[in-house]
Amino acid sequence: MIKLTLPLDKKTVSSLKAGDSVLISGTILTARDCAHKRLFALIEQNEKLPFEIKDAVIYYAGPCPAKPDMPSGSCGPTTSARMDAFAPRLLDLGLGAIIGKGEMSAEVRGALKRNCAVYFAAIGGAGALYADAIKKSQCIAFPDLLSEAVYKLDVENFPAVVAFDSHGGSIY
Amino acid sequence: MRKINTRLIEEKIYEMALRAGVTLTPSCKAALQKAYDSESGKACSFALETLLKNSRIAEEKNMPVCQDTGMAVVILEIGQEVFLEGKNLSVAINDAVRRAYSDGYFRKSVCDPITRVNTGDNTPAAIHTEITGGDRISITYLPKGFGSENMSKTYMLKPAQGVDGIVDAIVRTVETAGSRPCPPVYVGVGIGGSFDTCAFLAKKALTREIGVHSEREEIADIEKRSLEKINALNIGCQGFRGDITALGVSCEWAPTHIAGLPVAVNIQCHCVRCEKEII
Repeated sequence: MIKLTLPLDKKTVSSLKAGDSVLISGTILTARDCAHKRLFALIEQNEKLPFEIKDAVIYYAGPCPAKPDMPSGSCGPTTSARMDAFAPRLLDLGLGAIIGKGEMSAEVRGALKRNCAVYFAAIGGAGALYADAIKKSQCIAFPDLLSEAVYKLDVENFPAVVAFDSHGGSIY
Repeated sequence: MRKINTRLIEEKIYEMALRAGVTLTPSCKAALQKAYDSESGKACSFALETLLKNSRIAEEKNMPVCQDTGMAVVILEIGQEVFLEGKNLSVAINDAVRRAYSDGYFRKSVCDPITRVNTGDNTPAAIHTEITGGDRISITYLPKGFGSENMSKTYMLKPAQGVDGIVDAIVRTVETAGSRPCPPVYVGVGIGGSFDTCAFLAKKALTREIGVHSEREEIADIEKRSLEKINALNIGCQGFRGDITALGVSCEWAPTHIAGLPVAVNIQCHCVRCEKEII
């Protein structure tokens, strides 16, 4: 098991190989279907994004509401393939890593290689376990999108597997 | 004539929805354990172990086992000797869903198909009612996640394609879905009927316990053959390449038209959540 602390430097990214099991600690940002549509509208209009994209890690997820005594509700990954159309552009803008579930397109794989970035697969369906790894959660953009808003999550020992590495390797 | 107030149905569905959101069915838990015990792939074993741990955490903390708490599917079999009184049945069902998704801290995942604006309370539920004999109401509650629903398909096969065609359609659907629907999947299949009833049969098949085969021999054979072929695809848990791609295949059937052979394949992820009650 490889322990990773965010943000990742290029040397660390380059050392990761498809199939490696990792535990991620640091700050990640949730964004799924609707949030990506909004982010792209901002990019089209040359407007500022609600967060720094350089070296950011986007987690394709839409959490359940948090109970009053917990930092987050259940928060496992959603199917990444629905974000195939968005990922390459964000990677070219500096996005450091993606976390989701399931295979993504060849274009995404190419963009990861081109930008020395990595795609981690979290374990789909393990929402309660991932909530346990989330220590803090804060909505930082598009609150009207409810679970589809952008949440900044501080995570500790978040389990995942390297799905696409920065050399073109794939677990699928 | 037995009078039943829809308030009673509402309370039952409210309790069922709260339970279903945080608990896997006993047959699903057993199937995941069995998959973990027999899996030889390293990454798949890690994923299966994580899923078993997750199901324990969800129950201990009374929190959703998966954040996709689904679209609420409610199947009611209503005896024709029942007289329903009180508020409109669909209002009662949607009130139950609305309260459960709020009180359970479940995700609200239902939206307008065009504007994509969230309805905010996970309603409306997908409601199916059937009139049967007797004076009881059987309620089945299934919260259905869409990662797997998205990978489902309906085929209008030619009668000449027969059993081999049915098995091919089932296996092809799972193969095409690959890593995306959160394998190991549970596969519900409808065979026969019309375009619409066939899809409903597939949904109904998912409410059967995993591992219980059809009473009809030819249908049970289709279930067994399909499962064997699916697990030979080596997609594995989460698509990490392993031995267990499906936990089970269940088929429901109905007579169909002489010109057709409809086959619907409804994919369910490994989070099988289903509650049944009889009033």
